[in-house]
Amino acid sequence: MSEKGMNLTLKIWRQKDSKSKGKMETYPVTNISEHMSFLEMLDVLNEQLVEEGKEPVAFDHDCREGICGMCSLHINGEAHGPDRRVTTCQLHMRMFNDGDTIHIEPWRAKAFPVIKDLIVDRSAFDRIQHAGGFISVNTSGNTIDANAIPIEKEDADEAFNAATCIGCGACVASCKNASAMLFVGAKISQFSLLPQGQVEAKNRALNMVKQMDLEGFGNCTNTGACEVQCPKGISLDNIARMNRDFLSASVKK
Amino acid sequence: MALSGLFLIVFLLQHFSINLMSVFSADLFNEVSHFMGTNSVIQYALQPVLIFGVIFHLTMGMYLEAKNRGARPQKYAYNKAGASASWMSRNMIITGIMVMLFLGLHFYDFWFPEIKIKFIDGDWSGMENGAYRYWDHTHHKFVDPIRVGLYCAAFVFLALHLLHGFQSAFQSMGWRHQKYTPVVEKVGYAYAIIIPLGFIVIALYHHLIH
Ligand code: HEM
Ligand code: SF4
Ligand code: FES
Repeated sequence: MSEKGMNLTLKIWRQKDSKSKGKMETYPVTNISEHMSFLEMLDVLNEQLVEEGKEPVAFDHDCREGICGMCSLHINGEAHGPDRRVTTCQLHMRMFNDGDTIHIEPWRAKAFPVIKDLIVDRSAFDRIQHAGGFISVNTSGNTIDANAIPIEKEDADEAFNAATCIGCGACVASCKNASAMLFVGAKISQFSLLPQGQVEAKNRALNMVKQMDLEGFGNCTNTGACEVQCPKGISLDNIARMNRDFLSASVKK
Repeated sequence: MALSGLFLIVFLLQHFSINLMSVFSADLFNEVSHFMGTNSVIQYALQPVLIFGVIFHLTMGMYLEAKNRGARPQKYAYNKAGASASWMSRNMIITGIMVMLFLGLHFYDFWFPEIKIKFIDGDWSGMENGAYRYWDHTHHKFVDPIRVGLYCAAFVFLALHLLHGFQSAFQSMGWRHQKYTPVVEKVGYAYAIIIPLGFIVIALYHHLIH
């Protein structure tokens, strides 16, 4: 365990607002502890910038414990950085070495426009959800207990795994086509695997895929980058399931 | 994309089998070539389907690539794409275009002359100097070492294209299974290496026995 912290050179995308043209800026930070998370390291930088009377770097974050899906940085050429199965907030500085240069950029996709610095607008994901990521349940007093319907363990597990997607957008960020199919596949699967999701099953895949295309995401060419970079380990199985649902719904239409 | 790709994979297997005959028996190769070249079902039904398949695959491939590029107008200043996806999967357009260029040469070598003899000259006999011409034509094409080199290079690109494409086509159609997908992957790798390598061996065979 090193007593002395790391000295790093940060190259960070700075962009005043959605209309401005941004550029990469270089900032040195010193004495960074290896126990810090990546966001704590950026907090150190921001305190430094504020003291110098400069504008701090804007980045998204909320829970800082890997569950909310807000943090979203492209670090050294990879979504959520060099570690696997972690979000940016759970990435630790021990993954880096003293003297390293670290490149930090926002997610890049036409459907995720930059709002400021490292913050992008991910409301496209919300609109895809609104298009079909729901079930219609009567809540007027005669709701049936979900547990009253028996579900095969394998299906329940698969649906649960799909539901662990936190909507961070790393799949889009890491895909060479900026495709959102891992996210959409997960959001479709979490319903289509369960009996409760069958009522809208036919239109769900069609509507969500349609919205996904409208938002300007690219198309999947099965490179598998999303699965590797997804902090929750969402599997390509979900994309295949979405393709199946979509194909069969298109044929039946 | 997936259906046309799989269709081309099946066609390629058929093409390979016939080429392979040219190594073992000139007579057999001639017979089969003559049948393929003159059978009306093949000429007027299957051939147009194949041409449509090729054109569809290549146009859709380019359209897909253009659309996908448009989905990220601003590139990353620093990107490590190789950390999460194979070279083959990221460069289908490059390997595809190389195959397309090869097809240009290949059509110039074999298809256009055939079409000219049959449809312009009206000669459906398949004969030249009293014997079938197919084997001799093929054989003579591979005298030129530059042409042999180009053919071999093209098959390397085809192999790279199929190393990703084979299993990708199944995934695109939603055909994924815990038990069978690893089998599809293995069959895909075997196909992607054995078939192009086989074409290379056949080209080299014709070049070397001169
Ligand atoms: C004529 C020139 C060709 C071009 C320009 C071309 C281009 C492409 C492109 C751009 C893709 C899709 C993108 C991707 O999945 O990353 C693709 C996929 C594919 N190609 Fe080709 N290709 C050509 C020839 C061939 C041939 C000769 C075969 C088979 C013998 C083939 C088999 C496949 C397969 C199986 C796929 C995967 C389809 C999918 O994932 O849905 N291609 N091609
Ligand atoms: S699939 Fe994974 S990478 Fe994509 S939004 Fe969900 S959690 Fe993030
Ligand atoms: S801040 Fe919530 S997941 Fe990173």
